[in-house]
Amino acid sequence: MTGQQEAPRQRGASSPILSLIWRLIALAFIDAVALLLAYAFFGGGLGLAAIILLAITAAINVIFLVDRLYPLRWISPGLLLLVLMVVYPFVYTVYVATTNFSSTNVLAKEQVVERLEQQFYTPEGSESLSWRAYRSPDGDFLILLADPSGRQLVGDPAQGVIPLDEYQATFGPIDPADNLPTSIDDHVKLSRGESVRYLTALSQLVITDAEAQLRIVSLDRAELGRQRFVYDPATDSMTDQQTGTVYRAEGGFFVAADGTRAPAPGFVQVIGLDNFFRVVTDRRISGAFFGVFTWTFTFALLSVLTTFALGLALALVFNDQRLPLKGLFRTLAIIPYTVPGFISALVWVGLLNPNFGPINGFLRDFVGVNPQWFSDGTLAKIAILLVNTWLGYPYMLIVALGALQSIPGDLYEAAEIDGASPWQRFSTITLPLLLVALAPLLIGSFAFNFNNFTLIDLVTEGGPPTPGAVTPAGQTDILISYSFRLAFSGGRGQDYAFAAAISIFIFAIVAAITIFNFRLSRRLENLTG
Amino acid sequence: MSGPTAPAEVKPAAAARQGRTLGVRSRRRISLSFKVLIAVLTAVYALIPVFFVITASLNPLQTISGASLIPTRVTFDHYARLFNSPFHPWPQWILNSVIVSSLTAIIVVALCALAAYSFSRFRFRGRRLGLMALVLVQLFPNMLAFVALFLLLQAIGNALPSFSVAIPGVGTFEPARLGLNSLGGLILIYAGGALGFNTWLMKAYFDTVPYDLDESALVDGASHTQAFRYVVLPLVRPVLAVIAILSFISTYSDFILARVMLSSTENFTLAVGMTLFIRGQFTQQWGTFAAAAVIGALPIVITFLLLQRQLIGGLARGGVKG
Repeated sequence: MTGQQEAPRQRGASSPILSLIWRLIALAFIDAVALLLAYAFFGGGLGLAAIILLAITAAINVIFLVDRLYPLRWISPGLLLLVLMVVYPFVYTVYVATTNFSSTNVLAKEQVVERLEQQFYTPEGSESLSWRAYRSPDGDFLILLADPSGRQLVGDPAQGVIPLDEYQATFGPIDPADNLPTSIDDHVKLSRGESVRYLTALSQLVITDAEAQLRIVSLDRAELGRQRFVYDPATDSMTDQQTGTVYRAEGGFFVAADGTRAPAPGFVQVIGLDNFFRVVTDRRISGAFFGVFTWTFTFALLSVLTTFALGLALALVFNDQRLPLKGLFRTLAIIPYTVPGFISALVWVGLLNPNFGPINGFLRDFVGVNPQWFSDGTLAKIAILLVNTWLGYPYMLIVALGALQSIPGDLYEAAEIDGASPWQRFSTITLPLLLVALAPLLIGSFAFNFNNFTLIDLVTEGGPPTPGAVTPAGQTDILISYSFRLAFSGGRGQDYAFAAAISIFIFAIVAAITIFNFRLSRRLENLTG
Repeated sequence: MSGPTAPAEVKPAAAARQGRTLGVRSRRRISLSFKVLIAVLTAVYALIPVFFVITASLNPLQTISGASLIPTRVTFDHYARLFNSPFHPWPQWILNSVIVSSLTAIIVVALCALAAYSFSRFRFRGRRLGLMALVLVQLFPNMLAFVALFLLLQAIGNALPSFSVAIPGVGTFEPARLGLNSLGGLILIYAGGALGFNTWLMKAYFDTVPYDLDESALVDGASHTQAFRYVVLPLVRPVLAVIAILSFISTYSDFILARVMLSSTENFTLAVGMTLFIRGQFTQQWGTFAAAAVIGALPIVITFLLLQRQLIGGLARGGVKG
């Protein structure tokens, strides 16, 4: 490519003014949507996402209004999606891995504080109140309360508990029988009989405001509860007003001196690198993790070896120009590659079924064995590799065929004249040249299998389970399926943070492999081109 | 190119070679028959599972235990059952898969083409940095960030439940449908994940279109938009098609992200839905599963075989398909 354009301008644009108007209209629309979204994000406790969104929106406005940034206009839509769905998730994974985010610690600390501060208790010896209910035509209630000293209060579900003289409403005429108004706004006073009728609904009514909580206990009695927990930001602690116990914020929970937790879920807290150290220091985890880690590498390596060995052997056969129906055979041989992986994996689960599957049927009849593919750890690993060989050899066949055809024929002629045996020709010409040409693809295949979640999860679901493991690690689990189970399998809870830490391990390994591969292929390019 | 050195152990004795000439010829014939045998065995190895599934889908038997390679009687009952099964909304799964994969392919091709045009045709500050970033992004396949993507979609879904914008005559637009368990959210994840590599691939192809072509259009008074639309785009159609098909297939074949993000049966893509067959009495509904497998795989297999050359070219560069 030779063209160079130093200062791109909208040369020859039909009408710059019109273009500007269109851009302004589009930007106004985008800005409006972004502002709405950001507002919703802030409301949902996603401050970071909101700020990022607003920053991106601002950048879009600049890009589409400043002429000098014209080339970026073409890139910005893709860039936006890339930041949202690749960059942000990566950064967020790193963040989650340094927290204690799990099914027991989901909420932000402010939310947990708020939940605790919404709990109420009835102080001992607190005076009971008498009450009368008023009902609106819609079925809403207002409660009029009187304490023994005669002070009157209004319980309004919308506003809380308010002294009667501060309550803004239109009161009906005073009923001489009980000295109470017959109505408040459109709410009409209930007779004692009507109160009995609505008692179930009334006793379920909870009227709450910042300090107090009103409950109807019986036909004659209502109780006014007091806020139970008070948070003190200065000491980062929660005091139980009822018992005087002080709960300190520790490790994602409010914990008292004797170790009991305040009655609320835990909160998300940054705990540093503990999740990474857990892998090494926590013996119950490190055993299972080491097993998964070893099997991931073993599985990926053996997968590359088996598929490459079979693919290469077949490529040597298919490379023979004298082979009849070469195209047909080639097409048939690559069919396993063309079937979507999830379908093949499921089909193999059926074929390998120990009781009814045709493979075991054959083995029972002709070999006299009946391997339990999915309940024995070693057999499950063998089954995985068998299935993966079928799935993967065509890729190796395709790429090896391509590479074979690019080996100059005169090399073989020279070798033949010199009397090299076929094996010598293969081991000294074909294999080294193929390995050089295919090394990046073999490494790519290694990285692919390293994360071959589809195969593992569909064929064995990681099973059979590792005996005595505290984390849900099966014997055929690889790192990514282990991480998936930590995050999403039920039973033992969702440990997002630990799963994210495992993802970081995978990130690091895959990135190292890919960087190595980039360097290798560049070196090979220099070597060959 | 530094080729390997000639084999160290060679037998220069011409006499020995001549004495073996006849042997070599017959040995070659034997080796050819051996190769034909291998080719046939390979075809059998490759096709046995395929045949097994096809015949099971046509066999009136539903269980796997009685299944044989040659069906006693051919019936399409299993296929009919797929379309009106009380257990599985299978047609919905296929539809979801096609919607997700097509929209992903369209978004990927559109956004990559725009970005590739800019990277290929303009020289601007940050261009090299941007290209390097595109390479860097490939180090982090977003599939590995599935936990973060799950939490992101969950947060988006939680933040937006009350939004629904009614556009008269068009319908109700719900941004909340970008949250967990929504096809919209899944599409954005797939598209975002495919952008890095495909922009790179497309930029390389754009570079092969001579700049003189669009420059002459620009000199004639066309805008960049017009040069892109009427000059460059028609010339890069092959790469657009290959990238569209490859993103369609890889999206269609993805399992992990769909499994993580989708939770209700009617929103499943085929890959997630098909796993329901292996729960419970898998071996008891083998025939129906086989029919589902055949329909689910056939379009992809045919596409691949028809476009072998073009697609495999792209794959050799792109690594391994799922």
